[in-house]
Amino acid sequence: MSLTPDEVAKIAHLARLAVTPDDAAALGRDLSNILDLVAQMDAVDTSGVEPMAHPLEMAQRLREDRVSEENQRDRYQANAPAVERGLFLVPKVIE
Amino acid sequence: MHDKTIAQLSAALHGGEVSSVELTQHMLQRIKDHDGRLNSLVTVTGEQALEQAKAADARLASGNAGPMTGIPIAHKDIFCTRDVRTSCGSRMLENFISPYDATVVAQLQQAGAVMLGKTNMDEFAMGSSNETSYFGAVRNPWDTDTVPGGSSGGSAAAVAARLCIAATGTDTGGSIRQPAALTGITGLKPTYGRCSRWGMIAFASSLDQAGPMTRSAEDAAIMLSAMAGFDERDSTSAERPVDDYVATLGNDIRGMRIGVVREFMGEGLDAGVGVSVQAAMAGLTRLGAELVEISLPNAGLSVPAYYVVAPAECSSNLSRFDGVRYGHRCEDPKDLQDLYERSRSEGFGPEVKRRILIGAYALSAGYYDAYYLKAQKVRQLIAEDFRRAFEQCDVIVSPTAPGTAFRLGEKADDPVSMYLQDIYTIAVNLAGLPGMSIPAPASDGMPVGLQLIGNYFDEARLLNVAHQLQLVSDWHEQSPAGFE
Repeated sequence: MSLTPDEVAKIAHLARLAVTPDDAAALGRDLSNILDLVAQMDAVDTSGVEPMAHPLEMAQRLREDRVSEENQRDRYQANAPAVERGLFLVPKVIE
Repeated sequence: MHDKTIAQLSAALHGGEVSSVELTQHMLQRIKDHDGRLNSLVTVTGEQALEQAKAADARLASGNAGPMTGIPIAHKDIFCTRDVRTSCGSRMLENFISPYDATVVAQLQQAGAVMLGKTNMDEFAMGSSNETSYFGAVRNPWDTDTVPGGSSGGSAAAVAARLCIAATGTDTGGSIRQPAALTGITGLKPTYGRCSRWGMIAFASSLDQAGPMTRSAEDAAIMLSAMAGFDERDSTSAERPVDDYVATLGNDIRGMRIGVVREFMGEGLDAGVGVSVQAAMAGLTRLGAELVEISLPNAGLSVPAYYVVAPAECSSNLSRFDGVRYGHRCEDPKDLQDLYERSRSEGFGPEVKRRILIGAYALSAGYYDAYYLKAQKVRQLIAEDFRRAFEQCDVIVSPTAPGTAFRLGEKADDPVSMYLQDIYTIAVNLAGLPGMSIPAPASDGMPVGLQLIGNYFDEARLLNVAHQLQLVSDWHEQSPAGFE
């Protein structure tokens, strides 16, 4: 399973990662090798097998719809790259 | 002092023979003297450690102390620690000061443990050699030209070199067990859900688990007791009381059936490691346990399945690192797309990027069924293999890793060869079972690990078997030269 630089670019866009044309070739090769490893799964017939998402027999727990956390915005925003009046600043999103 | 175990030091602390402040100062000095050669710690929290040690001494004096009180430990840098940098081995979080403690950290602190610092690790827990850390590779104290294993390489090296008495680690595909094997210490990955994942930076949410890394099974039992337990804040936390792991360490293991995995004893296993593991297994038969051969027919598919499931889950988990609310942000982003792409590309190293890309590919339209869904079905088959095996035995054994510690740089150009380091450990994470690595006899002077695998929530039995073996052997008491 060989990935072209074009396909690498497409996946990189999905993952919001910048990949230079130089990297794309090497990355394509690395990813192709990993996909060859993964293709070994084709050796086994899994029709009729239930997919296993999770090792434990459990369903998502629910809790009472009641406020349980206190507002610590300043503490949590201390690591933010750019903050103003409690708002995170980002480049303009809407044209 | 630093050669003693948690159990021994706890007795000394409670008996007033030594204070936690003295012990902590001693360990901090050892870190200054020796860690230059190992690079096992990313952050040393000297001042905080001494404050915690003083508080521990007060508790010991007032009779309000437990087995972990006053014991100097280190935390893998994947655990959020309040007001202390939490880097996850990455440039992305190089300056991230966590506003809160992970539950596992808080529990150990409540038990009175003293935090010496945060240990180095493969970036975002992705690796088997501790060579992908932004803060530089960690070296194995047994031979500093070799790797300590990963991703909990810093914790393993620090415990092996006795720079801390014990450390926390995490294990998603073998990241506690494999470094424990390569550095000659004891490492336990509990059943999925046994320890809380709250505050433990997520790599693969259905596989990650926290666990103790110590110099003996007895110590692992003591430490696990403080780490385990239901946590309401972790929606995957098991609502199940914690067993008294220490109370059952002394049980007789005569008649216990020990399953030897046929598929893990053949091709791909280094001959010296094979001999060593056989010797350890012979130790178990001398204790009256019975070896039975078992088969895990789909175990060979565990690495392929894992390299779909784990990257897929990681691509989702690491999407939160976008340069907006915390973590690395690129300079002068020109628009939102540029902000995301450059912040992430600058913040993440090559292995992390590879895994995010494989994950995104496996989940993308047109490929989801062939990859992700297929991998989840293979996962079911592997879990079923273990269920059947546990009908014929009580505990399963195998080598932990296919070889001993390899040289730094040896596998750097071949990601797939690195992935195969985990061939014996990954199936355990896929099934969610508890697994442990304990030292077996050395091979050519380098440590070897024996892996023990238990049934769901059967940590007590694993620790019991390991402890019984350690009572009649001294492989776990060996220490690397040059760190006396």
